[in-house]
Amino acid sequence: MSKATEHLSKIKHSLARRNRAEARFRWYGRIAIFIGLAAVAVLFGDIVNKGHGAFRTTYINLDVSYDQDLIGVNNLADSEQLAAGNWDALTKSALRTKFPNISGRSDKRRLNNLLSNGAGFDLKDRLLESPQLLGKTESVWMLADDDIDTYYKSWLAGEPYAARLSDKQVIWIGELHQQGLIKLQFNSNFFMRGDSREPEQAGILGAAIGSFLTLIVTLMLSFPIGVCAAIYLEEFAPKNRWTDFIEVNINNLAAVPSIIFGLLGLAIFINFFHVPRSVPLIGGLVLTLMTLPTIIITSRAAIKSVPPSIREAALGMGASRYQVVLHHVLPLALPGMLTGAIIGMAQALGETAPLLMIGMVAFIVDIPSGFSDPATVLPVQIFLWADSPERAFIEKTSAAIMVLLSFLIIMNTSAVWLRKRLERRW
Amino acid sequence: MQTINILFLLFGLGLFGFYLGRGRSRAIANPLGGIRQLHSLPSYYGLHTALWCALPSLFILGFWLIFNEALINSIVMSSVPIDIAPIDTASYNLLLNKVTNIASGVMPRDGQGAGVVNAADSLSSLRVTSRWSMTLLLLVLAMAGLFWGWYKVSVDFRARPAVEKVMQNLLLGCACLAIFTTVGIVFSVLFESIQFFRTVPIYDFVFGLEWSPQTAIREDQVGSSGSFGAVPLFVGTLLVSAVAMFIAVPVGLMSAIYLAEYASKNVRTFAKPALEILAGIPTVVYGFFAALTVAPFLRDLGNSFGVSISSESALAAGGVMGIMIIPFISSLADDVITAVPQSMRDGSLAMGATQSETILKVVIPAALPGIVGGIMLAVSRAIGETMIVVMAAGMAANLTANPLDSVTTVTVQIVSLLTGDQEFDSPKTLAAFALGLMLFTVTLMLNIFALHIVKKYREQYE
Repeated sequence: MSKATEHLSKIKHSLARRNRAEARFRWYGRIAIFIGLAAVAVLFGDIVNKGHGAFRTTYINLDVSYDQDLIGVNNLADSEQLAAGNWDALTKSALRTKFPNISGRSDKRRLNNLLSNGAGFDLKDRLLESPQLLGKTESVWMLADDDIDTYYKSWLAGEPYAARLSDKQVIWIGELHQQGLIKLQFNSNFFMRGDSREPEQAGILGAAIGSFLTLIVTLMLSFPIGVCAAIYLEEFAPKNRWTDFIEVNINNLAAVPSIIFGLLGLAIFINFFHVPRSVPLIGGLVLTLMTLPTIIITSRAAIKSVPPSIREAALGMGASRYQVVLHHVLPLALPGMLTGAIIGMAQALGETAPLLMIGMVAFIVDIPSGFSDPATVLPVQIFLWADSPERAFIEKTSAAIMVLLSFLIIMNTSAVWLRKRLERRW
Repeated sequence: MQTINILFLLFGLGLFGFYLGRGRSRAIANPLGGIRQLHSLPSYYGLHTALWCALPSLFILGFWLIFNEALINSIVMSSVPIDIAPIDTASYNLLLNKVTNIASGVMPRDGQGAGVVNAADSLSSLRVTSRWSMTLLLLVLAMAGLFWGWYKVSVDFRARPAVEKVMQNLLLGCACLAIFTTVGIVFSVLFESIQFFRTVPIYDFVFGLEWSPQTAIREDQVGSSGSFGAVPLFVGTLLVSAVAMFIAVPVGLMSAIYLAEYASKNVRTFAKPALEILAGIPTVVYGFFAALTVAPFLRDLGNSFGVSISSESALAAGGVMGIMIIPFISSLADDVITAVPQSMRDGSLAMGATQSETILKVVIPAALPGIVGGIMLAVSRAIGETMIVVMAAGMAANLTANPLDSVTTVTVQIVSLLTGDQEFDSPKTLAAFALGLMLFTVTLMLNIFALHIVKKYREQYE
């Protein structure tokens, strides 16, 4: 065998090996992409799977007689009577009429536990809405307890989970189901109420409004400040050490862990300036400092993308540097800045850790109505519910996550849309 | 008057000043032959007047808002009778709280000592006086500014440079906010930490092997001496971060390489944004996923193989954190890989190298500084990540390197020490700030170093 063919066979041999290595390498890449995409799919699938049930909740239909003696109210205009009224007696008596042959204290208690302990107050609201019902009887769909809700949903799905129910309650639910007196209905409480210790009465409205107020404060502060800082750094800052120092600071702040901003808020805003805890105002202040670097960096990129010829033309026409910026650069860079602001707001909307430090983790039932009302925000609400031991809160948490994610998806797609729509290529 | 009303009033006066100044400049210019006789456009005269009207008042208002309460409180507290005068800070705060509550009507007046009630009354009256005199001062100041601005309007007055000077300072102030924030962070963690290191020696904190921050409330309480050795926390943090990087670095890097070098345009336009979704998901969602899905799954998986995996294992928290960091690494790596000049690839391919050989032997070494910088930024992220570990990692400070065990991290401890109401000067609370100082220092060094590398690398190919 000649030397040349020997070499050739060697090369051919090694070539096959090298090609195999090439194919292997490609597969590594495909597997990596697959892992990433699978993570997205599993995460979303898991959340939707756990949470979709929370958008419907169990109601039980019972005949309620609005007996004046039972509640101890004969005049609906008397607020003292209303406050002292025994509203639970209405639900109790309705249950007793439905299941007359129940005796014994524990059975009665179990029977009463079929309904949510807020059902009585719902009846009160119903009565206030239509006062002519006083003394009459009507059939009402009433909110069921969270354990009943969990059981009924799991039973409908074919895998009953009755760990927290007694056998009798299971039988009663079976009877109600046969008579068509128990059903799943759209869970308006979830969207219309604040937080509650009772899962079936807990809603996200309070947290959503808290988030909204906090984001308003954040936007009002961080957008103007961020744009001003970006304009200064791009258009006016002299090239010196001070400017470099500002830039290093901004880049570092973008990478500082968010919890550190919480410590800052606690030490400076709360302990030094005595801003009240747990209010959207302080949440907005902390989130402003946190999102500012993002907004400055994107705004600078937007300003940079405006071609210098525009500036030169304006300067040539006799405009001052501020007129150039205000009349030409800023309007042209605005779409890019807005995109940056939306991305920054999405980041702020999903942020939890710094808000835990400044007391936005409190249990707040009331729906906030201003910037200085105690409030919580959506991600913190999710954190609080995820920590709750009740099984029904798992469903609620996942549903709240779905709401939060839909807000984020809307914000991010609108940012992408805005960029595509308004961005100008020079 | 409410602060918000004062702000509205000042805004209104400013607006009035704008029209006043603009109108006067026009009135002056018209007989002389139109506004081209003026140095600046009429609106600049208006702006100049408006700024003179509103700015000084706003400054004063800001100072007043910051110092008013503290000043009034100290006046009231120094005037209380000697028999109820506070002796230390704790009783000072207690008395102050009481007085404030009585003054605002939260606490009933009856049953309190005459001294306290008097103090409360003087507090309320001082507050009212201060607010009204403040409002009056602001109004006088605004009017004076208005007049001054109006008076200054003339043909030769250079209004535009004056206004632009103010704007320049405003812009500079906004840019400097980044510096103030950094300084604020440093001060807030540093001061509390120094206080903490007075009670707990810094050596014990950095090298101590035991962490149990429970301090005794009563003298005779058992087993709550409180030990602040932070090594278990550092080890726990590193363990969770290591697990995260173990997942994120290979997956992120390989997907970046595949997307940049192999993927067709269609795959790229679909897969890239899909991966970026992971970056937009809030961390609290990852925490929920880790605590309620991944951790139970791993525990059951371990049970079926006869391995005991804690339900708060570092593996679950770190694994999910790794998923979160994948897009971070892949987008940074993608940037640096695409920045490598095509000529380098062409050279390698022309020599007969396969594509993977080109990538491994030419592209990656060329992009290495950028990739290392990106990984360091990702590490700094993993160290500072809070919600995932708060929800999925444990509270027990175990000193272990076993990822199947439960560990706790620096951020978990900061959150658990600071949520809820605490006295601000107990070592337990201050410990959180000392941990914050550690966290800030480490991430700051990582960031500065990483950003420096990335910047240097970018300059190399530009």
